[in-house]
Amino acid sequence: MNNPLIPQKKKVLDVIAQTDIDITYKVEFDEKLKGGQFVQVSIPRVGEAPISVSDFGDGYIEMTIRKVGKLTDEIYNLKPGDYMYLRGPYGNGFPIEKYENKHLIIAAGGTGLAPVKNIVNHFNGDIDKVKKFDLLLGFKSPKDILFKDEIENWKKNINLTLTVDNADENWTGNSGLITTFVPNVEIDNMDDVQVVIVGPPVMMKFTALEFLKLGVPKEQIWVSFERKMSCAIGKCGHCKIDETYVCLEGPVFNYTKGEELID
Amino acid sequence: MGFEITNKDFNKILESLKDEYKIYAPKRFYKRGRFSDTDLIRYDEIKTIEEIEYKEKSQYSPKEVIYPITQTLFYFNEDEFKESTVSEKKILIFLRSCDINGMRRLDTIFLENGPYKDVYYQRLREKVKFVLIECSESFDNCFCVSMNSNKADNYDIGIRFEDNKVTCEVKDDELKKIFEAFGDKVEFELDYVKENKFKVEVPNKDDLSVEFFNNKVWEEYSKRCIACGRCNTVCMTCSCFTTQDIAYEENPSSGERRRVWAGCHIDKFTNMAGGHEFRKDYGSRMRFKTMHKIYDYNKRFGENMCVGCGRCDDQCPQYISFAQCINKVSETLKKGEATNE
Ligand SMILES: Cc1cc2nc3c(=O)[nH]c(=O)nc-3n(C[C@H](O)[C@H](O)[C@H](O)COP(=O)(O)OP(=O)(O)OC[C@H]3O[C@@H](n4cnc5c(N)ncnc54)[C@H](O)[C@@H]3O)c2cc1C
Ligand code: SF4
Ligand code: SF4
Ligand code: FES
Repeated sequence: MNNPLIPQKKKVLDVIAQTDIDITYKVEFDEKLKGGQFVQVSIPRVGEAPISVSDFGDGYIEMTIRKVGKLTDEIYNLKPGDYMYLRGPYGNGFPIEKYENKHLIIAAGGTGLAPVKNIVNHFNGDIDKVKKFDLLLGFKSPKDILFKDEIENWKKNINLTLTVDNADENWTGNSGLITTFVPNVEIDNMDDVQVVIVGPPVMMKFTALEFLKLGVPKEQIWVSFERKMSCAIGKCGHCKIDETYVCLEGPVFNYTKGEELID
Repeated sequence: MGFEITNKDFNKILESLKDEYKIYAPKRFYKRGRFSDTDLIRYDEIKTIEEIEYKEKSQYSPKEVIYPITQTLFYFNEDEFKESTVSEKKILIFLRSCDINGMRRLDTIFLENGPYKDVYYQRLREKVKFVLIECSESFDNCFCVSMNSNKADNYDIGIRFEDNKVTCEVKDDELKKIFEAFGDKVEFELDYVKENKFKVEVPNKDDLSVEFFNNKVWEEYSKRCIACGRCNTVCMTCSCFTTQDIAYEENPSSGERRRVWAGCHIDKFTNMAGGHEFRKDYGSRMRFKTMHKIYDYNKRFGENMCVGCGRCDDQCPQYISFAQCINKVSETLKKGEATNE
């Protein structure tokens, strides 16, 4: 049956808790995909939602899902061996070819790290593919930090700045909004820079402005949008901004396009 | 060339079609309207010509025939998904030229936007034949001429209603055979509306830009619109929906996934987890809808989405006129006020 709205039953292979409410699920999946794409995840009887693919490999994908409502509450209870229902992948993904041999700067806020995690891993595993790699990560508070083990691993190869908005008494690292750390990034050659910004709408807006202040051309900045989605195939209209459908032409946009999209 | 057929004979034709076709037309439902003493005219299956309300405009459009308000996508139980099915019968729809033109907009969204065709829309759409109802005079609030949708060519039957008879032009060969048995051949050419009382000046899409989104023309709608979404539901060209899952009470592991109409004026259309919401104020929803109907869709597909049926203006409880809103946009552009500065 050739019906793009009917999902496939897939086994949950592994479940890794990240925070109290964020869990990474490793789920069987065979379709080819790119970092930055998303899938439609559902549990029949409960509902369906778009979720970014945070990483992938032979026969599986990983997704990091925050418990925020009806469907994600139900997903939260899944254990290895249980099933999820998936369709996709959807969306355009990041143009990683464009980041090769460049000075790559990724700024991610909160769960925004999920859609770019695969790119970080991709270049971390083959660091000579980029000239330089700066990673700025911002979380609300120490208990919200995602992918703690990976972050330790990334620090070896990548110039990594981790900050929290609200520190607690045990926190010894950086605190303050991610925007305040943008001016610290050392840029040797502006032509080489490629910037990727992913996070909540306000974070993306102000972080982009900081990079523009540094002189980064708009063409070299990439953002990933999150909008309400119902169909993911350009029919339901929920994700439309102007004449653009985020599920089809996005979620990744070059900033020259992204700044023109007015909800 | 056409056929002149008495209502009595036309009913015989409808009778002979009923095994092969589901026949839909605007129908009057007494005292079911907006106020308790008004009637509702909407699309439903008909058996006789007397059931067809052709003298007034229908409040709802014929889109619900092939794009129902709620539609089951598939059923599920523990292990299986089963696609919902539809009747094998062909579909005959009596509709006006604005709505035939509107159907092309729905075709574009459901069959051409994105990499996949919408199978639920397609499976009904493929069965449809159009019976174009002649409009010799336009109704209140119609502005089809301004929107270029006062004429339609892709119909299978064109029909003029009179009190006791109809005159039909039949293009479809299969249907022609049936009509030949009943009607007298007469000279006949379908008329169409050449002028509406109300004229709308649609801005040239090259003169508009996203700059205009921040214009103050939208502000008055923030106060007047109550976000009831009626303008969305009655619109021939509004195509948005939301999917929902239903679990059956008697057997909670079984259920179905459905889709239901959604609208950009209605609360929660853009709500996301974490409390993000776009277009909170109603004026910006009016802006979003207006731009979609006369600008965004056009930029993407090369024609305006709105077909000027005027149903949104007929039904708005706040007496907001979408047609006048388009005119306001044009006037503001002419005055050179693209933004507020
Ligand atoms: C491209 C994309 C990628 C995403 N990636 C991730 C990810 O990697 N991890 C993750 O945890 N979340 C991600 N999300 C958000 C995720 O889709 C929502 O958290 C999810 O829909 C909530 O569903 P729920 O049934 O649990 O919540 P609900 O009970 O439906 O509602 C909670 C809130 O979420 C809103 N909501 C409902 N449907 C959606 C929707 N389709 N999109 C956004 N908000 C919605 C509701 O209006 C309500 O305000 C992504 C969203 C998009 C558009
Ligand atoms: S916007 Fe109004 S006039 Fe235009 S097609 Fe929709 S209901 Fe008809
Ligand atoms: S019908 Fe009128 S009040 Fe209701 S949402 Fe539309 S414009 Fe607003
Ligand atoms: S999610 Fe339905 S149109 Fe994009």
